[in-house]
Amino acid sequence: MGITFRKETFRDDFTFKNSPEHIKRFPFPFHEDAYMYAVNIEPHVVGPKGSVLENLIDVDEHYVAEMQDRALVLAEDPLRCQSLPHMTLAGWDLLELLMEQQASGYPEHFTLTRDGDRWRWINRPLGIDDTFTFGDTSTLPYGPMEYITRQSQGDFCILDQRDGNLWMDAGMVTTQADWSLDFDIGMNFFEWHAPVPLAHEKGIFVRALKFLTNIQQGKPARRLNWTMTINPRLDTSPENYHKWGPDRTTVTPENVGDKVHLRVELQSFWRLPRSNGIVFPIRCYLIKMDELVTQPKWARRLHRVIRDLPDELATYKGLTRYRPTLVEWLSKLDDGSPTSPGFGPD
Amino acid sequence: MSTGTTKLDVVVSDVVPVNDLVTRFHFRRRDGELLPTFSGGAHVVVEMRDGERTRLNPYSLMGSPLDTREYTISVRRDDVGRGGSLFMHRSVKPGMEMVVSYPVNLFSLDLRARKHLMLAGGIGITPFMAQTAQLAAEGGNFELHYTCRTASLGTYADVLRERYDRRVRLYHDDLDERIELDRLLSTQPLGTHLYVCGPAGMINWVRDRAASLGWPAETVHFEHFAAPQPGLPFDVTLAVSGKTIRVDEQQSLLEAIEAAGVDPPYLCRGGVCGQCETNVISSDGKFIHNDHWLSEEEHRSGKKIMPCVSRFEGQSLVLER
Repeated sequence: MGITFRKETFRDDFTFKNSPEHIKRFPFPFHEDAYMYAVNIEPHVVGPKGSVLENLIDVDEHYVAEMQDRALVLAEDPLRCQSLPHMTLAGWDLLELLMEQQASGYPEHFTLTRDGDRWRWINRPLGIDDTFTFGDTSTLPYGPMEYITRQSQGDFCILDQRDGNLWMDAGMVTTQADWSLDFDIGMNFFEWHAPVPLAHEKGIFVRALKFLTNIQQGKPARRLNWTMTINPRLDTSPENYHKWGPDRTTVTPENVGDKVHLRVELQSFWRLPRSNGIVFPIRCYLIKMDELVTQPKWARRLHRVIRDLPDELATYKGLTRYRPTLVEWLSKLDDGSPTSPGFGPD
Repeated sequence: MSTGTTKLDVVVSDVVPVNDLVTRFHFRRRDGELLPTFSGGAHVVVEMRDGERTRLNPYSLMGSPLDTREYTISVRRDDVGRGGSLFMHRSVKPGMEMVVSYPVNLFSLDLRARKHLMLAGGIGITPFMAQTAQLAAEGGNFELHYTCRTASLGTYADVLRERYDRRVRLYHDDLDERIELDRLLSTQPLGTHLYVCGPAGMINWVRDRAASLGWPAETVHFEHFAAPQPGLPFDVTLAVSGKTIRVDEQQSLLEAIEAAGVDPPYLCRGGVCGQCETNVISSDGKFIHNDHWLSEEEHRSGKKIMPCVSRFEGQSLVLER
C-alpha cells in the first residue's frame, strides 16, 4: 500500500508533524534514565517491522517534504553539497547503495533496473524516471552523489580512508545540528571532532576511529546521537544561525510542548566497495514534546535525562537557555515511578 | 565491537597452472549471483578445510574490480610453509565448494595521486593486477616496475606487457637486471604515490630509500603480509574462556584459539591490521613476535601479542581471551 507522504514545512509556518503511527516508531535514544557519552556503536542490522530499522535506509512519511526543503537550502547555498575531485568514484558507490536499498525496501515507490552499466531509476514520489550510464557523470543532471542525495533523506558525509585516518572529502549536508560541511571539508576525524567536550579525555575518538577504519563491506554499523531543536527546523546550520539561534529565547512554559523538539540522529557507517571510502549517513528524526509525551515512559525518562545532564553537555547541545523551563514542564509528567529497560515505549 | 567479515559460499570454477610455482584459482558464487564489488588491492581470506584442520589464508584479488562474476587469486607454492599453499595446489579442484570472506582492502590506492608508481617483487604482483585494471579503466596514470627471478617465473609479466605495454618495466634477477631505484624515485613528478608489494627485504629497501630521498610517509604504501611461521609447539591458557590449548608446530596461535571455539576478531591474518591484538596476562618464556602492528616497545613489554603470526617458547603463557 505504500507510504502516505505528508505535505508539510520545516521553516516559516512549521507545519511538520508526526502521525500517531510515526510517534511510536520514533527512535528514542535513551535506554536508561541518564545519559553520558559512550562508544555506542552496534551492527547496523535490520530491526523489528514497523521500526525505523525495518530497512537499513529508512524512507518515511516526511520524505517528499524533506527533499523539497533540501532543494530550498541548496538553491540558497550550493556549498552545502561538495565533493573533492578524488571522490567521484565514491559518489558512484553511494548512488548504487542508496538506489539498491531504496528500491529493495520500498518497491512500490522506487525501481532500479540494471542492464550492465545502463541503469534506469524510477522515483515515483518525486516523479523521476532517468536512464543513465553508471560511471559516466555526463549522463546525469548532477554529480552522482548530489543526484542521489537530492533523493534520499538524511545528510551524507563521504569519508576517504588513508594514512590510518578518515577525511571529510565529500558530503551533502542540509539537515545538520550546527556544524558546517563547508568548514569541515578536507579535515580528518580528529580535526572535525575537536569541538566535542569530554569525549577526548575518555579516549573515545581514538577507539571510534580504530573501529570505523575497520568497518567491512557488507557489515555496516550504527549509533544514535541526539540534541534538541526549537521549532521543527531541519536546517540548523552555522550558516543560518541568525535564523534559528534566536528561537531559543522564545520558549515559554505555555509553548514548550509545541516548540521544543527532540532531535535524534541515526548515524550509520558503510564501507564503499570501489573507492574503499566510508559513507556516513546522518538521518535526522524530529519529534515535538507534545508528541513525545504521549508515551508516558518517554516523558518520565526524558525528564530525568535532561534534569541530570552534565552542564558541559547541556552547553554543547545548546540547551542551557531553555533547560529550566523544559525540566519544569516535563517534571509534571514524571510521577517518579520506574521506567522499564530499553528504548521502546511501554 | 568485534569485527569480522561476512562469508561468501563459492565454488571453484577453474584451476589454472601459471608456471612452475604459481597456480590461479577462480571462484564463483554458488547461487549464481554476482560477487560483491571490490577495490584494487583488496584481499579475501580463503577457508581451507584440510581434514581435521582449518586454515584461513589471505590472498589478494587479482581480477578486474569491474568484473564481479568471479574472483581470482594466485597462489605461490611454498614447500616449507605451514601447508596452506600446498593444500591449494594439491587438493583444490574445479567444482569444489569453498568459503571465502568478503573483500577487505588494506592496500588501497590513494585516489588523490597524480601518478601511481608501483613496485612489485615476485608473487607481490597480484594486488597490482587489480589496481592496474581499475586505473586503466578510469584513464589513471600509473607505471609498474616488476622484478622476478627468471622470465619463466615472471607471473603475468606477459599479460601485463600486452595490456599496458611501456607502462610496465620488467627486471629479471637471472640476467642481473635491477631497478635503478634512486634514479626512479628522484625523477617522479610531484603528487606521485609509491606502492610496493613483495618480499620483506624489498619492501624495507624501497621504504628506506624513499624516506632518504624525502618522500613523505603518506605517499608510500606497502602490503606486508607476513605468513605465519611454523615453530615449536606450546601451551596457552585462555583466561576469559577458561581453556587451556596446545598450539601445534604447523598451527598459528590464532588458529589454535579458533579451534578451541573462541573467535577473536581478525581481518588480515598477516600481522598488519591489528584486529586480533591480544593482552598477555602473564608469561614465563620468550615471545617470537612476527607482526608489523605492535611497536618495538610493545614487543619488549611482553604485554601484547598478535596471535595471527606470533608465537611463544617457554613455560607458561596466559592470554586475555
